[in-house]
Amino acid sequence: MNENIKILKVTGLKKYFPIKKGVFRKTVGYTKAVDDVSFFARGEETLGLVGESGCGKSTTGRCIIRLLDPTAGKIELEKNGDYIDIARIEKNKLKNLRKDIQIVFQDPNSSLNSRMTVRDIVADPLKAHKIGTHQQRTEKVKDLLERVGLNSSQMDRYPHEFSGGQRQRVGVARALALNPRFIICDEPVSALDVSVQAQVLNLFEDLQDEFGFTYLFIAHDLSVIEHISDRIMVMYLGKIVEVAPSNEIYMNPQHPYTEALLGSIPDGDPHSTKVRKTFSGDVPDPSDPPPGCNLHPRCPYSSDYCRKVEPELKELPDHKDHYVNCHSAEELNLEGYQKSQQV
Amino acid sequence: MKKPGSTEKKIYTRKDRLLEVRNLSTHFLLDDGTVKAVDNISFDLRKGETLGVVGESGCGKSVTSLSIMNLVPDPPGKIVGGNIFYYLDKNNSPVDIAALKRYSAEMRSIRGDEIAMIFQEPMSSLNPVLTVGNQIIEPIKLHQDKNNKQARKQAVEMLNLVGIGSPTQRLSEYPHQLSGGLRQRVMIAMALSCNPNLLIADEPTTALDVTIEAQILELMQELQDEFKMSILFITHDLEVIGEMCERVMVMYTGTVVEKAEIEDIFYNNKHPYTRGLLKSIPKIGEHRRLTPIEGSVPELKNLPDGCNFEPRCPESMDICVNQEPPTFIISKNQKAKCWLYRNNDREEELS
Ligand SMILES: Nc1ncnc2c1ncn2[C@@H]1O[C@H](COP(=O)(O)OP(=O)(O)OP(=O)(O)O)[C@@H](O)[C@H]1O
Ligand SMILES: Nc1ncnc2c1ncn2[C@@H]1O[C@H](COP(=O)(O)OP(=O)(O)OP(=O)(O)O)[C@@H](O)[C@H]1O
Ligand SMILES: [Mg+2]
Ligand SMILES: [Mg+2]
Repeated sequence: MNENIKILKVTGLKKYFPIKKGVFRKTVGYTKAVDDVSFFARGEETLGLVGESGCGKSTTGRCIIRLLDPTAGKIELEKNGDYIDIARIEKNKLKNLRKDIQIVFQDPNSSLNSRMTVRDIVADPLKAHKIGTHQQRTEKVKDLLERVGLNSSQMDRYPHEFSGGQRQRVGVARALALNPRFIICDEPVSALDVSVQAQVLNLFEDLQDEFGFTYLFIAHDLSVIEHISDRIMVMYLGKIVEVAPSNEIYMNPQHPYTEALLGSIPDGDPHSTKVRKTFSGDVPDPSDPPPGCNLHPRCPYSSDYCRKVEPELKELPDHKDHYVNCHSAEELNLEGYQKSQQV
Repeated sequence: MKKPGSTEKKIYTRKDRLLEVRNLSTHFLLDDGTVKAVDNISFDLRKGETLGVVGESGCGKSVTSLSIMNLVPDPPGKIVGGNIFYYLDKNNSPVDIAALKRYSAEMRSIRGDEIAMIFQEPMSSLNPVLTVGNQIIEPIKLHQDKNNKQARKQAVEMLNLVGIGSPTQRLSEYPHQLSGGLRQRVMIAMALSCNPNLLIADEPTTALDVTIEAQILELMQELQDEFKMSILFITHDLEVIGEMCERVMVMYTGTVVEKAEIEDIFYNNKHPYTRGLLKSIPKIGEHRRLTPIEGSVPELKNLPDGCNFEPRCPESMDICVNQEPPTFIISKNQKAKCWLYRNNDREEELS
């Protein structure tokens, strides 16, 4: 696959959840979980998606694989040079989509059926698509388990007999069963201890080298996302505020929210004398986002204009591939991530 | 933000002793075996100091803190050995918390006046059916002998102190009406309202977003300066430890494998587990392949015969397979439970 092909193009994606109240369950408002989001993913890249709890990361991922039906927008997947709009696939034809796109979840405990053996869990998608004979499926399961670093002799055990890291590997093996091209990783290492997290991150990198997967990698840990991603999208309150290559976004952030996120990273260096630049206040309620730029109540640089007019995500004129959703993009002198100065 | 490592080192003397834990073992006696959640650990905490406790899930961090509070769920849990010496303000001879009855008057007064605790999940320690005001004001009245008006005034001051805007209004709200960051602030306000000498913070920011985490960590440092309290800071995040603590103990499977000053943990660490942890963390700007620790944490019911870390250790030797290592002294302030240092002196088994 060509690395410059846009394998996924998302345009104007919205997902509003109705808020219902009272005995008649009347809709009294909407949680704008994803609110007019556009981005693309190139073939064989890892596109990181980062942001604080509730900003809409999982909802974005779940719309792409149609675990949720989008409220509006296009989700186009490249197939043999053409694009199909995932948002418009009829419910009964969704099964075919699973051959192209798969998802790995955060919590390996709740995403694996505890009453199925690992063999059945991994073979399940193959069975659902009527692929191969029983014998062929068993061979494939063995192969997949070995691929993700598990011993195939353990395939008749149940999930609870494995450690958290091993269970996450089972989830990865299941996602690989149908040879997808695009894998959504929704916080796949967040529940893991650091020693095991490192094993699983390495596994994702190896599999990408071997099979040329494209990942949408969702995480809230800024060190993990920097490590794994080629490009990174930062989300805030249902909107994408900045997209850029990973190094660029850490060293040359152009959105005040990105600056605040980077400033919040504990640098873990006892010698450092770094003074943190952090944000005050809490994330507002997504059912009632502030008018204008939705960051303005927390943004130290906001002006009257920001309170009234909503900015748009635009590519910076002199930084290719760097998109920012801020009226003052390139006018502010923002601070990137500073490696601590050693004494 | 102030960094402890970068300021001048405090000098501690015997008079600064606050907590001395000696050979503490807290086990859970279950039908299918004994979980040695905390097994023969020793450490000191001095007045005004922040000691970090770091380790992966299930290594005994929370059970250590519950033991100090004398709140281990019993049954099935029990402090089966060791001492928790706590130096009360008033006299020089310590009380042994491990020997006190859980609900004795003395233990209650230690929990109310001396030691306070904040948890990872504030909802687990806030009462959902009581207003914030109720939950802060009542303990103040109880422990500080104040009337309603005085206690209310102090509650407002505390909420102000932890950076909660419009505190009088917040007093009449319920926990579920607050965001995660605000709840954590309320819990800190509650913990500090009794002016404790020791604050145990068990993963106080793990459930929070990074921007809120940064605010809370900063707040804790400011409050420590103001109240001159000691903090036992529990986390699995080494980077947070680096920012908050002067000394650190690294736990693995219920034992302390390394104790050292923060600089030594980062730049002169001795235990292979400490090294493995540090190498597992992705570092921003360093695009190298991660070097994880192989395997995973063993089950506490089914520990190896020798060193608990041996099956995962890249430097394992014959002796490690069969014999549990004692704690060896690397220097005055650094100890490692590892046979690599078998030529060094051993830490005394009993104080
Ligand atoms: N099924 C649902 N029904 C109603 N509201 C929902 C639903 N799923 C998500 N939401 C709301 O949509 C918003 C975005 O949620 P989402 O799970 O996408 O966030 P996230 O960025 O993945 O957060 P986290 O880091 O906590 O996983 C939140 O306000 C959430 O409460
Ligand atoms: N009430 C209990 N009954 C039985 N076992 C328990 C109980 N509480 C804790 N344990 C066991 O004691 C061990 C240590 O648990 P502890 O909660 O101290 O871990 P921790 O280091 O705080 O982990 P985490 O980072 O996940 O909070 C674990 O193996 C746990 O399963
Ligand atoms: Mg999510
Ligand atoms: Mg714990």
